[in-house]
Amino acid sequence: MSVDSGTGTGQRHQPLPIVPLRHWGRWLSAAAIVVFVLAVLFVLGHADIAYHDVPTFFLFPVMLEGLWHTVVLAVVAQAAGIAIGLAVAIMRRSANPVASVSAAVYIWVFRGVPVLLQLLIWYNLALAFKVIGIPGLFSVSTNTVMSPFVAGLLGLGLNESAYMAEIIRAGFNSIDKGQIEAAHAIGMTPARTLRRIILPQAMRVIIPPTGNDFINMLKETSLVSVISYVELIQAANNIASHNLEVMETLLAAAIWYMLLVTIASIGQHYLERAVAGGTKEAGRAQPLQAARKALATMPFAGR
Amino acid sequence: MRIVDVHKRFGGREVLRGIDMTVRRGEVVCLLGPSGGGKSTLLRCINHLERIDRGEIWVDGQPIGYRLRGGALHELHEREVAAQRRIIGMVFQRFNLFAHRTALENILEGPVNVLGIPRAAAMERGRQFLARVGLADWANNYPAELSGGQQQRVAIARALAMEPKLILFDEPTSALDPELVGEVLDVMRALAKEGMTMIVVTHEVGFAREVGDHAVFMFDGRIAEAGSPEQVFGNPRHDRTRQFLAKVL
Repeated sequence: MSVDSGTGTGQRHQPLPIVPLRHWGRWLSAAAIVVFVLAVLFVLGHADIAYHDVPTFFLFPVMLEGLWHTVVLAVVAQAAGIAIGLAVAIMRRSANPVASVSAAVYIWVFRGVPVLLQLLIWYNLALAFKVIGIPGLFSVSTNTVMSPFVAGLLGLGLNESAYMAEIIRAGFNSIDKGQIEAAHAIGMTPARTLRRIILPQAMRVIIPPTGNDFINMLKETSLVSVISYVELIQAANNIASHNLEVMETLLAAAIWYMLLVTIASIGQHYLERAVAGGTKEAGRAQPLQAARKALATMPFAGR
Repeated sequence: MRIVDVHKRFGGREVLRGIDMTVRRGEVVCLLGPSGGGKSTLLRCINHLERIDRGEIWVDGQPIGYRLRGGALHELHEREVAAQRRIIGMVFQRFNLFAHRTALENILEGPVNVLGIPRAAAMERGRQFLARVGLADWANNYPAELSGGQQQRVAIARALAMEPKLILFDEPTSALDPELVGEVLDVMRALAKEGMTMIVVTHEVGFAREVGDHAVFMFDGRIAEAGSPEQVFGNPRHDRTRQFLAKVL
């Protein structure tokens, strides 16, 4: 290697022009996609769908009632799933073999049976048990208790609790053993260590898949239509059975689902930020900035 | 503190094979020796992070992990062991500060949630402990924002905040960059001067020589040699001690 001092020796160095790389592939693929989208739009435009009716169905009282039912069922079932899942996860990692094996069997059962089948079993429980209760304390007719909502809540909530238990367990396992030993070393009991040291840190790992599960839950509520709970899809079907505009009502329901999922994704973003204390992500971005960023990335935030 | 014939095995391997040791109030005992010799395991047994298979460990008149009743040692529930640990502080090689809490909050965690001291009072004491390890200005920083040496000093303050009768140090400077070792040893030196009872697993022979009242050399699950630092380092009787010292000095 030699170093040219560049003082007078040799000719004056002319900088050579730089030719940027031409990305022909990008242009070609973009063109292909534009053609494809235009073709799809053309086909959809000539489809036998009365698009101008969609906004009407979108705000139909029946549709709004279905929307309300979907949201309530999803929220309550998810909350139940988180609560039960937390208890099962704690049992699963317990040193007590009775607790840990029971939890494993619980997860095995409620994760193993398809959720649609679980819904059907709960809904048809009256066929097996006419009355339910505790002998000598109380008893009720199964048919009065097992409304479509209750059956839906049991089916979706219990199934979800098995998944939540695994998510929360993964969160617990992500915590460095040293954190637990340090907590024990200052005299914390196992319960307090869980509450004050493990759980708060595990939230970082637990929140993203839980948001994912809630988004799934919003859509899974549509399964409850088979046991005649009037959620969004059942509402759409009810409207269509009067006016036979099936595609139009389904489109309106689809838009509602997309809206719900979008809102849930934004909520998840904020939750993740809220539990990021003590880490690099805990940057203090303005709420509006965060919302703009969330919206900007939303269509691609596929999970 | 008294340790009587302590044995501990992991799987098939016996890592402690009959340890006897007595530490009096205010003494600083340094444990040295090659890795795998059982130093850290012994330390972890003293506050029952590891269960011993045989023997007894008495701290301040209590058999750790057990209750003496009717001439027998009855195993304690985890909750009760937790209460015993309040008088034993521990400082870890990898600091193990609570990552989701600031320096001050790390120190408050024990006094507020374990000892039940009112938050305001604990806060004032906590700031004093931080000042004592020279980190008064870092109270609101998270562990991730502190250097290794600073983290270890917060960890020492966290142990001190429980007002323990004994502090165990498990290789407190081994995970630190060389230029940060001094600041942690300075804090430990000051503690020893104030009369804190300390058991220190360390490779810092200089520190053991200067601060230790006793030096204990452990090898292969046994105490190979114990005595005053001058004697163990200056005139080692055991071959293994000599070989080890030749390597680290």
